[in-house]
Amino acid sequence: MSEAKNLLRGETGNWEVVIGLEVHAQVASVTKLFSGASAEYGAGPNENVSLVDAAMPGMLPVINSFCVDQAIRTGLGLNAKINLWSRFDRKNYFYPDLPQGYQISQYKDPIVGEGEIEVELDAERTIKVGIERLHLEQDAGKSVHDLAPKESYVDLNRSGVALMEIVSKPEMRSAEEASAYFSKLRTIVRYLGTCDGNMDQGSMRADVNVSVCREGNYEKFVETGDFSYLGTRTETKNVNSIRFVRQVVDYEARRQIQVLESGGTIDQETRLFDVKTGETKTMRSKEDAHDYRYFPDPDLLPLTFTQAHVDAIAASLPELPDAKKHRFVQTYGLSPYDASVLVMDKAKADYFEEVAKGRDGKLAANWVTTELFGLLNKLDKSIEESPISAPQLGGLIDLIQDQTISGKIAKQVFEIMLEEGGDPKEIVEARGLKQVTDTGALEAAADKIIAANPEQVAKVKDKPKALGWFVGQVMKETGGKANPQAVNAILKEKLGLE
Amino acid sequence: MSLDEATVRKVAKLARIAMSDEEITPLIGELNGIIDWIEQLQEVDIDGVEAMTSSVDVALPMRADTLTHDETGGGKPGEIVANAPKTEDHFFIVPKVVE
Amino acid sequence: MTDLTTLTLASLRDGLAKKEFTATEATSAYLERAEASGPLNAYVRLTAEKAREQAKASDERIGKGEARPLEGVPLGIKDLFCTDGIPTNASSKILEGFTPTYESTVSGNLKRDGAVFLGKLNLDEFAMGSSNETSAHGPVINPWRREGQDTKLSPGGSSGGSAAAVAARLCAGATATDTGGSIRQPAALTGTVGIKPTYGRCSRFGIVAFASSLDQAGPIARDVRDAAIMLTSMASYDPKDSTSIDRPVPDYEKALAGGVKGLKIGIPKEYRLDGMPSEIDALWQRGADLLKEQGAEIVEVSLPLTKYALPVYYIVAPAEASSNLARYDGVRYGQRVHDDDINELYAKTRGEGFGAEVKRRLMIGTYVLSAGYYDAYYLRAQRVRKKIADELAAVFEGVDLLLTPSSPSSAFGLGEKSSDPIEMYLNDVFTVTANLAGVPGVSVPAGLDGQGLPLGLQLVAPAFGEEVMLRGAAALEEAIGFDAQPTEWWKS
Ligand SMILES: [Mg+2]
Ligand SMILES: [Zn+2]
Repeated sequence: MSEAKNLLRGETGNWEVVIGLEVHAQVASVTKLFSGASAEYGAGPNENVSLVDAAMPGMLPVINSFCVDQAIRTGLGLNAKINLWSRFDRKNYFYPDLPQGYQISQYKDPIVGEGEIEVELDAERTIKVGIERLHLEQDAGKSVHDLAPKESYVDLNRSGVALMEIVSKPEMRSAEEASAYFSKLRTIVRYLGTCDGNMDQGSMRADVNVSVCREGNYEKFVETGDFSYLGTRTETKNVNSIRFVRQVVDYEARRQIQVLESGGTIDQETRLFDVKTGETKTMRSKEDAHDYRYFPDPDLLPLTFTQAHVDAIAASLPELPDAKKHRFVQTYGLSPYDASVLVMDKAKADYFEEVAKGRDGKLAANWVTTELFGLLNKLDKSIEESPISAPQLGGLIDLIQDQTISGKIAKQVFEIMLEEGGDPKEIVEARGLKQVTDTGALEAAADKIIAANPEQVAKVKDKPKALGWFVGQVMKETGGKANPQAVNAILKEKLGLE
Repeated sequence: MSLDEATVRKVAKLARIAMSDEEITPLIGELNGIIDWIEQLQEVDIDGVEAMTSSVDVALPMRADTLTHDETGGGKPGEIVANAPKTEDHFFIVPKVVE
Repeated sequence: MTDLTTLTLASLRDGLAKKEFTATEATSAYLERAEASGPLNAYVRLTAEKAREQAKASDERIGKGEARPLEGVPLGIKDLFCTDGIPTNASSKILEGFTPTYESTVSGNLKRDGAVFLGKLNLDEFAMGSSNETSAHGPVINPWRREGQDTKLSPGGSSGGSAAAVAARLCAGATATDTGGSIRQPAALTGTVGIKPTYGRCSRFGIVAFASSLDQAGPIARDVRDAAIMLTSMASYDPKDSTSIDRPVPDYEKALAGGVKGLKIGIPKEYRLDGMPSEIDALWQRGADLLKEQGAEIVEVSLPLTKYALPVYYIVAPAEASSNLARYDGVRYGQRVHDDDINELYAKTRGEGFGAEVKRRLMIGTYVLSAGYYDAYYLRAQRVRKKIADELAAVFEGVDLLLTPSSPSSAFGLGEKSSDPIEMYLNDVFTVTANLAGVPGVSVPAGLDGQGLPLGLQLVAPAFGEEVMLRGAAALEEAIGFDAQPTEWWKS
C-alpha cells in the first residue's frame, strides 16, 4: 500500500483510484497444459492442435508436470504460499475459440495462495503489492475476423496452452503503480524462466481492474476489508504492454469519475482497450450475463505434491531481483534505486557484476548506468549487443582506480574502445595517455606558468579560489595527463597558500 | 424450489438449446417433477461430510513436457478439420463473432 | 457343420485355435445372422467388408501359429466407442456424419488381441436412457417376447443394442458402457451376462463421454466365462486417461474356478422394495439359497441410504453431462444448423441435434450447476454420494459380496415407461450405487418370470474385487443353469 495516495480532482470533490491486476503469463513449456501438442507461437492454422485440444469426442486431459513445477516456481518467486493440494475446475461457457465448451482452470483451490512483492517506483518510493493467488489454466484459441466479411476463422493453436493467472490484491493506487507492478512481475518471471514475458506474442497480458471511490474510502476499506467502500470496478481485458496499462488506468479513472459526477452509475463490466484511440469500450453486452457453472473437472483428480518437492524447487531458484538488489546495496554500496535499475534486467545486472567484481562498486555503477546505458540508449542496442564488453569496461575502471588515467581521459579511452575496440591498458600505453605524476616535470610546468602570470599570482594571494585557474593552466601544459591532486599540492606550495 | 417458465427458458438459453413453445410447456412439468423428486436429498444429514467428486483416490498422474505424436499430439491440421461442417485453409469457419 | 453362432465365445476361440473352423467362416455366419436381424434394430452399422478382412488376417495368423487371445472372435461394438475410420454417432443426430480418426483404448485393446469387429451397436442417445427408446436410430427390440404375445419389448438401456445382439447371437460378445446400470440392466432384461468393472479398470479414452466420474466400459456376453475373457482384454492402465488405475490386469477367466466356499455374501434388506414383483423376490431368495448350498455364508446387511442413490445420480450425471456435451456445438464436427448469429447457431444446432431425454438431462444439469443452486443440489449430492460410498465400504468390511436383483422388473413394452421420466429412472435403482461408489457389479441370468421373460441377479464387490465377484457369478450361473433361448421370431 502506497502511503502517498494519488488524488484525482473532480467537479464535486476528490476521488481515489483503486487498481487490481489479473496477469496471464504463458508457461515457458514445450507442450500444452493437458496435451502433447506444441505450445510454440506462430504456426500455421490448427498446426499445433491435438485431438484433445480440439475437444474431439472421448478425448481426455493429462496434465503436464513441467507446467505444475513452473507454477510452484513462480509462486515461490512471489513469496507466496504453495498449496500441496489444489484442484481443477471447469468454467463453462460457449465460444468458438473454446472447443470443449469449458475452460479447465482452478477456481476454488488454486495451486498458489497469497504472496507479496516489492515494486520500485523511483529513487525514493518502493511499494509492496499483495498477491491474491496464482492458478493454472488453459488458454483459448483465436478467432480471426478480417479474412471474410461475414465469417470468423477459428485457429485453435493457442487452445490448451498453459497459463499462470497471477491475481493481485486491489492495492495499487495509480497508473504509475499499476504499470510498475506489471513490469516487476515480468522481471520476476523472466528471472525464474517460467515465462518469456514476450508481450507482443501475448505471452503476458493483463486484465486491468479499475474503480474509483471518494477520498478516504480506500483507507476505510483497508481497515474494515469491506469492499462496499470501493466503487464498482470495470475489467479491461488483455492489455499487452506496460504503457497500455498506464493508459487504461488513466482513461478508466477519468471516465468513471465523469460518469459518477454526472449522476450515472458504473456497471461491473468487461471492457476492451483500443490501442489507436487509447480508450476503453464495453466488450460484452450485459444481456448474456455469464453464469460459468464452475464445478470440479471429473476427468482430473486433485493435484497433489509433497513439501519436499516444493523445497527441491525452492533450492533450485536463481537469485531474484529483490535479493540481488539488496545484495548490490550491501556489497557495492549502491543506492537502492541504482540497484533496482540494474536488476530490472538480469543481463544488465550480470554485466554490472562482472564490471564491479573486485573494484569500486559506486564507480562501476556510475560507468555502467551513466556512460554505458547512455551509449546503449543512443545506439538503441540491448546489453547483450553492447559494443563494449564487461572486461573492457572493468579494465578501464582499473586504470582510473590506480590513477593511471583521470576520469576525463577515461571518457576518451571509452570513446576509442567504442570506435576501434581494444584493451584499455594498451590504448593508454599506445597513445601515451598515462597521467604524469613525476613531480619534476610538474614543478617545471608550474614554475613556467607562475613566472608568466605575475598579476594572477598577485590575485591568488587574497583570492585562493583563483588557484583553480593555475591548475587548469598546468593541466593544459601537460596535455591533461597531469595528476590533478599532485598539481594542486605543488601549486599551493609554490604560491605559498595556507 | 420450483421452476417457472422464465427460469426454464433462461436455463435453455444458458445451455444453448433452442426450444419451441410446444417443447417448453411439457418440459416445465417434467423438470419440476424431477426437481421435486431430487429434493428428498435435503433430508440427509451431511454435516462434516466432504464432497465426493471421484471414486478414485490416487494422486493425479502427470506427463512429461515432451511432444507426442499420437492423438494427444499436434501437426495434423487436416485431421483436425476433417469432420468440420465448414473450413478453409485448415481454419474452422463460423459466422462473424463481433467483439 | 454346426452353426458357429451357437458356440460360446470361449468354445469359438478354442475351436479357432484348434483350426476346427476358420475365422472367416465364423465371421460370415455372424454377418449372415446380423443381416437377417433387421426387426431387432440392434446394429446401426455393419462393417462386413472390414470384418471379412480382419477375419482373413486372423486366419493367416492362426495358420502361422501366431494367434492372439481373441484371434478371429467376431464382436459387436457399442456405438459410443470411437472406432478409427468407422462412423461413431452415439445414436445422436448431432453426431451424424462424424467419423473418428482414432480408436478408443478399449476397442483398441480388443483389436490388439485379434478380435474381429462386425459393426456398431445401437444405444440410447449418448447412453442416456434405460430402454433404448431415446436412440436417434429408433429403439432396439428385445429378442425376448412374453409367452404367446408379440408385443415389442425393450431390451433395456443404454446398452440395449449390445444386450440384444448377444441374446440373439448376432455377435459372440459385445462392448458396452455403464454409467448408472447401462450394462447390468439390459443384460438382465435379455438373459445375458454384463460386467460393470471397477471405475478406472477400463480406460475411458475414446469413449464418447456421458458422466465422467461414473462412466465405465465393460462386456456383455453369453455367459460368465465369455464376459471374463472379454474383460481381460478390455481392461488396462491407460496413461491417456487420468482416472485410469495403474494396476496389473489379472486373467479373469482363471479366477472363475474358485467357487464360493467360505465367502460371506450380504443381502441388503433395503433392496426389497414394496411393489416389487414377487417373482423377483423369489429368484433373489433362490439365488441366495443356491450360493449357500455351495458353501457361502449368507448374511443380511443394511444400506439405509440406498433410496438416495438415484436422486444423487440424477444430479451428478446430468451436471457432468451438461458440461461434457457442450462440445457438440456444430463447429468442429457433426451436424450444424446455420444461423448468422453464433449463439443462435449453437442453440438451433443443439435444439435440433439432441433428442428429448438428452435435452431434459442437459437442462437439469445446467440448472443444478447454475448460480444459486450449486450448493443446494450439486454440492449436496456429492456429499450424500460420499456418505453412500462410505456406508457401502463399511458393509464390505463384513462381507465379500452383495447379492441383489439387477432390475426391478423384467423387459417392459415400448412406450410403457417412457411417458414418465422418473418411472424410467427407477430401472437403475439396484445398479446405480455401484457407479456412485466406483465398485464393480455383474448381472447373471437368474431364470424366467411368469411371462417367460429373463430376470437377472447382481453381485457387487469392493473396488478391484472382480476376481472374487466372478467366482461368485460363475458359481451362481452354474447352480442356476439358465439355458433358455428366445424364439427367433425376427427371422422370417
Ligand atoms: Mg480475468
Ligand atoms: Zn484467466
